[in-house]
Amino acid sequence: MAVLVIAEHDNQSIKTATLNAVTAAQAVGADIHVLVAGSGCSAAAQAATAIGGVAKVLVCDAAHYATQTAENVAELVRALAADYSHVFAAATSAGKNMLPRVAAQLDVAQISDIVAVESADTFVRPIYAGNALATVKSADRVKVVTVRTAAFDAAPLGGSAPNEAVPAAKDLGLTRVVGRELTKSERPELGAAKIIVSGGRGLGNGENYRTLLEPLADKLGAALGASRAAVDAGFVPNDYQVGQTGKIVAPQVYIAIGISGAIQHLAGMKDSKLIVAINKDPEAPIFQVADYGLVADLFAVVPELTATL
Amino acid sequence: MKILVPVKRVVDYNVKVRVKADGTGVDIANVKMSMNPFDEIAVEEAVRLKEAGVASEVVAVSCGVAACQETIRAAMAIGADRGILVESDAELQPLAVAKLLKALCDKEQPTVVICGKQAIDDDSNQTGQMLAALMGWPQATFASKVQLGDGVATVTREIDGGLETVETKLPAVVTTDLRLNEPRYATLPNIMKAKKKPLDTVKPADLGVDVAPRLATLKVAEPPKRSAGVRVADVAQLVDKLKNEAKVI
Repeated sequence: MAVLVIAEHDNQSIKTATLNAVTAAQAVGADIHVLVAGSGCSAAAQAATAIGGVAKVLVCDAAHYATQTAENVAELVRALAADYSHVFAAATSAGKNMLPRVAAQLDVAQISDIVAVESADTFVRPIYAGNALATVKSADRVKVVTVRTAAFDAAPLGGSAPNEAVPAAKDLGLTRVVGRELTKSERPELGAAKIIVSGGRGLGNGENYRTLLEPLADKLGAALGASRAAVDAGFVPNDYQVGQTGKIVAPQVYIAIGISGAIQHLAGMKDSKLIVAINKDPEAPIFQVADYGLVADLFAVVPELTATL
Repeated sequence: MKILVPVKRVVDYNVKVRVKADGTGVDIANVKMSMNPFDEIAVEEAVRLKEAGVASEVVAVSCGVAACQETIRAAMAIGADRGILVESDAELQPLAVAKLLKALCDKEQPTVVICGKQAIDDDSNQTGQMLAALMGWPQATFASKVQLGDGVATVTREIDGGLETVETKLPAVVTTDLRLNEPRYATLPNIMKAKKKPLDTVKPADLGVDVAPRLATLKVAEPPKRSAGVRVADVAQLVDKLKNEAKVI
């Protein structure tokens, strides 16, 4: 039996989250097949063949997979799942949307957001906003699993897996994507960045966020993040949000500026290799997890920090 | 149209939970419990749709121990019309809850089910999607805006790169993201009124659902502790530490 990994892609390229999911799948110890379902997706399929450790790439090219709606993709995955012992996907918004649907159709449990593979049927996953780690064992025939990308390295490129076309499942016609509004940014993607500069309510407004944090992020080649307070106050769009309900990140360096460090925010960043906190409140909980803490007014020290670097 | 809103009783979001010493789980005895925050948003959205004249009835459902009644009463204090408790002392995993909700959907025939996107205790983010799959309905997850039209829902979803707008046929399952709305506080008169609203209790067996867990929890452990850091005096020292001690920049 083999592991089926659902690739996340935009018909042209493969999202790096898929590479993390492949690494997690390797820990199961079986052949890995990657499914690329899309429309006009030959470039993405080609990119998938280069992922190291992959035995085969299944390509399903049909018009009704153009926007990869959960309903249609789940229908396809369900049809393929009979030949697999495991179905893996990255725990991104797309993976979280689609995979539970597959699991329910197969009448199996889904295991969300795993951070470790102990054996082919036993996985570790965080619960209670990362305040506890549960080790769970599945007795189901097919293990349907989403993978926390920050917990696994990306699989190396340089493979040459063969491609195989698979027939499309029927178009259910339940959902239609009518528009996408993507945040444009020259900076690294939040989920994959080595350094993240993140701002909270302490910045006061969106203009301060931009004038203070953008130059610092540019100097460091960092991605920009935010706490929920900063998003709710309208400083930045919501896809900047780091936390239990936003993105889970684990960069080399996480610089938290004007962020108090609520449980829900820590859930999204406390596995960062190094945490730096700048906050004027010495009692802020963020200092309990920060490797380096600077108690100071961010309006004074952030420009100084940018200038010094 | 009728809206069904599943609500879950969970440890209050402000509580820092403690792992039991024997590693069997998290200690929730004598801990403050509340409605899952995402479910409060779901109830609020359903009640707003009723106030806007779009929905005719809002039914709150909870699955779990007898104390989940309080959670249903809280939903009724926000404005749900009646409640259904599926009472069970068993550990209910998302697939089991989805099957219980399917049985209720078959009976109640709602046009829309609005769920929270995830419960803040198990952090699964599965139940709404599973219910949609079992019903063969479309799903609109992580919603930050919901408009219900004639046979169609238009939903703006929060996705990794930004926002996506989808049109789904009705009936459908919608799961809420935090930015969908700001739930109201229940007023004392509404809390009193909620006590008089009807609340039915059924058992999983009445609904013909086997709720046996599919995943066995082998152990629950504390996450690794981060070692205590140092306070630096100024920017120069911070930059020095980053460059020479941590060697990260």
